[in-house]
Amino acid sequence: MTIDTQPRAVLDPEPQSLRETTRNARRRERFSKGMTFLLFGTVMAAIVPLVTLLTIVVVNGWPAINGEFFTQVEPLSYRDRGGGYLHGIVGTLYMTGIATLISAPLGLGAAVYLNERPGRYANIVRFFTDVMTGVPSVFVGLAVYALIVSGSGGFGLGFGTLAGAIALSIIMLPIVVRSSEEMLRLVPADLKAASYGLGARQWQTTFRVTLPAAAPGLTTGAILAVARGAGETAPLIMTALGARQVVTQLTGAPQSDVGLLMLGGFRQPFDAGIERAWAGGFTLIAIVLILSIVARAIARRSQL
Amino acid sequence: MEQQTVTEDHAPTSAASTMDQRPGLHVDIGQRRRAQHNEVHITLKDVTVKYGTFTAVRGVSLEVPRKEITALIGPSGCGKSTLLRTLNRMNDLVPTASVAGSVRYNGEDIYDADVDPVEVRRRIGMVFQKPNPFPKSIYDNVAFGPRLNGVKRELDDIVEKSLRRAALWDEVKDKLGQSGLSLSGGQQQRLCIARAIAVDPDVILMDEPCSALDPIATLRIEELMREMTSDYTIVIVTHNMQQAARVSDRTAFFTVDVDNPQQERSGVLVEVDDTETIFTQASDERTEAYITGRFG
Amino acid sequence: MSTTLTTPEPSKLRGIGGGRADRLFRGTLIFAASSVLVILAAMIIRTTIEAWPVFAKEGLFGFVFGQQWSVGTSRSEVTGTYGAFPFIYGTIKTSLIAVVVAVPLAIGIALFTNEVAPKWLRRPLAYTVDTLAMVPSIVYALVGMYFFRLYVWGPAGQVIADSPLTSVPIIGGFFSGPVLLSSYWSAANILAIMILPIITAICRDVFAQVPEDERNAAYAMGATRWEVMSKVIVPHSFSGIVGGTMLGLGRALGETLAVAVLIGSSQRWAGRLFAGGDSMTAVIANTFADAHPEAIWALLAIGVTLFFITMFVNIGARLIVARVGGRVGGGAVI
Repeated sequence: MTIDTQPRAVLDPEPQSLRETTRNARRRERFSKGMTFLLFGTVMAAIVPLVTLLTIVVVNGWPAINGEFFTQVEPLSYRDRGGGYLHGIVGTLYMTGIATLISAPLGLGAAVYLNERPGRYANIVRFFTDVMTGVPSVFVGLAVYALIVSGSGGFGLGFGTLAGAIALSIIMLPIVVRSSEEMLRLVPADLKAASYGLGARQWQTTFRVTLPAAAPGLTTGAILAVARGAGETAPLIMTALGARQVVTQLTGAPQSDVGLLMLGGFRQPFDAGIERAWAGGFTLIAIVLILSIVARAIARRSQL
Repeated sequence: MEQQTVTEDHAPTSAASTMDQRPGLHVDIGQRRRAQHNEVHITLKDVTVKYGTFTAVRGVSLEVPRKEITALIGPSGCGKSTLLRTLNRMNDLVPTASVAGSVRYNGEDIYDADVDPVEVRRRIGMVFQKPNPFPKSIYDNVAFGPRLNGVKRELDDIVEKSLRRAALWDEVKDKLGQSGLSLSGGQQQRLCIARAIAVDPDVILMDEPCSALDPIATLRIEELMREMTSDYTIVIVTHNMQQAARVSDRTAFFTVDVDNPQQERSGVLVEVDDTETIFTQASDERTEAYITGRFG
Repeated sequence: MSTTLTTPEPSKLRGIGGGRADRLFRGTLIFAASSVLVILAAMIIRTTIEAWPVFAKEGLFGFVFGQQWSVGTSRSEVTGTYGAFPFIYGTIKTSLIAVVVAVPLAIGIALFTNEVAPKWLRRPLAYTVDTLAMVPSIVYALVGMYFFRLYVWGPAGQVIADSPLTSVPIIGGFFSGPVLLSSYWSAANILAIMILPIITAICRDVFAQVPEDERNAAYAMGATRWEVMSKVIVPHSFSGIVGGTMLGLGRALGETLAVAVLIGSSQRWAGRLFAGGDSMTAVIANTFADAHPEAIWALLAIGVTLFFITMFVNIGARLIVARVGGRVGGGAVI
């Protein structure tokens, strides 16, 4: 028999206890442990900067937060203490709000389209939506400037709230589309079939079954998009421009923004301006993190 | 009690007791031997259903009598569910699906170009394999269909009547506001039946309505189905032979046919007859082999 | 058939006009879906038209490789010289360094999260890393300027510049001092932190797609945890990692304010790591507010160039990620 050509004893000299491991196995196990520890190190490399960043923003920003910060505008000179970012906060909320009103319905409609009418066109739209999530926000700012703000695009709207809001909505749109599509996809086909089986039309099925079933997830996606919009500053340089007082007009006057005020403040060598910038950073982080926590809480409650 | 009402119509003895005492081959089918069937409600003539180039069902001609239960049985992949879905144009929702031949409902071809599939589905309701209540209240589930049609005032009435008809009213009348998902599986399926009834169809298609349910819930649904024949035509797809034998008046046996040039597997209708005939003296040996195989 | 069946009168099924609402509904949906394409096309066409005089004067080659950027003050014609090489160089250099730093970390974090961490810790870990992506760019800029570059990257750069690394031939010069606080190095580091979440998210998704069977097969052969990770999971996910890396690269190329504040705004490009420089996004953000019309055309020209670079990177990334598996990265679009 061929089995005998290699004597058993060579492979397995004597019965071995399972507790006795070979040197090679021990070495491999040690190496595995070491590498696992290294992986833990990489996690720390992400957590340490995050914790550091949050700590520093809180430590520097919290002392500068006071009633005045939310109720007054910034003094004319970065040397002067006091005053606040009221105009910036108003501008940020104003522009983010309008941007949400534009991007949420449009994005939701596109997502419903992708979900309800699959096919070549849907694939093209989905692909370019993905591409659009990667378009630099500063380019969006430039493009909105060229299209809408400057006269050459045919609109000549000028710097202001609406221009800034449109830029933000373009940044938020693909986020809303893709996150909504993911959520709509989770709605069981059973539910839609049941609705059609009862003689519901497509729009009735969408509004009465699909959207309500996906509502928590859709809200989550929309809130995350809002958080993203509220934290954007770069495109506002070319569209909102910045202002020194509270602006309520939709068009015709440049609008302010927390990020723009920070940018102006912390690049000047004056303590008062820098302190307000820290307070602004604290405010932005607070808004964005609260929004994301709310979004995740809603997502967890989703039944899908 | 709901159970008693069953006896008034076709099934005087409880089907389940037969099954419990004598498991295996013996099923209660004798009650529905009929000399004369009701008039035709739905007529299929040479129906072929394709998904893209794949032929799922080929050349089916079948007549469904009014206010009786017609069961579609056969091995998996024989296209019985596909065929069921062509009866109310649910296949329209599959972009690649195409239907050839004619499906006449009250003599009218439901696939005519100017027929609205939505209207077809309103007349021909459907109950699905897995109970699929909407994540809404019990009330809103039943009211869903009527609301689509703009009913506002008599909604309470319709909901109560439908739930009574589905033998669910007594169990849920005190908790209509609770989520439909809070019910047991059997109750959920009866809720789905109530939901289908609420739009006032006259045909109800059931796609293996008991496959996700336990035996007791299954019995409940079967009793309900027998009882519903006083008002509705029912077409049921089932893989459970005993169930077909217990509830249906007529049975259509389908099989998978590979006997064509392209070596394609597609579903064909082997024979259709009174349920008793099919189960006791099927004329086609494939039917007999399948049925005895299932029971033996 | 043995039984007689009679046919009743037809009932009415047709002539119901409810389909009109559905047509309107579908039209609305098509409009919404098309808005994405229309906006994208409008942006690129309009900016290209406005930037055209600059491209026309410098030529594409002259614009991309020209070394001198001196803006004119005209309102109607191109009078300055616009060579964007220092900016393009700075953008690519900082982004590539950021990717080199971030990718190994992202793979490590994703492996730890998916394979090592106990079940209850996975979600919090994923959330923590995702939170890094939520922090606004302007806050990174602020903290980078007043903390990280002063206390972390500056000193770390000094250590590298003082190390024997600088005497290695060829690459030594790259690491030589003096170490500036605002430099390619600082900008690359902030970018690495900022793109870490998206690469990690993609890696988590592709690692999760490795079939359980393959994993179990390796364990059943007596492989250690590290061997399973390095010999089964990572190789299986290779193209997904490449896609995630390119997505991260795309983000780094387009990131604006943090880079604008930290790169040093020196219009002379330098080969060294610790020297100051400039980038495409930085020059746009830093000079837009004071720019004359012709300078704005030039900034638009930079913007258009940036758009096409990032779009190619992103399309490549999306094609790779899409090939790996449809659902990958869905949660990471943000």
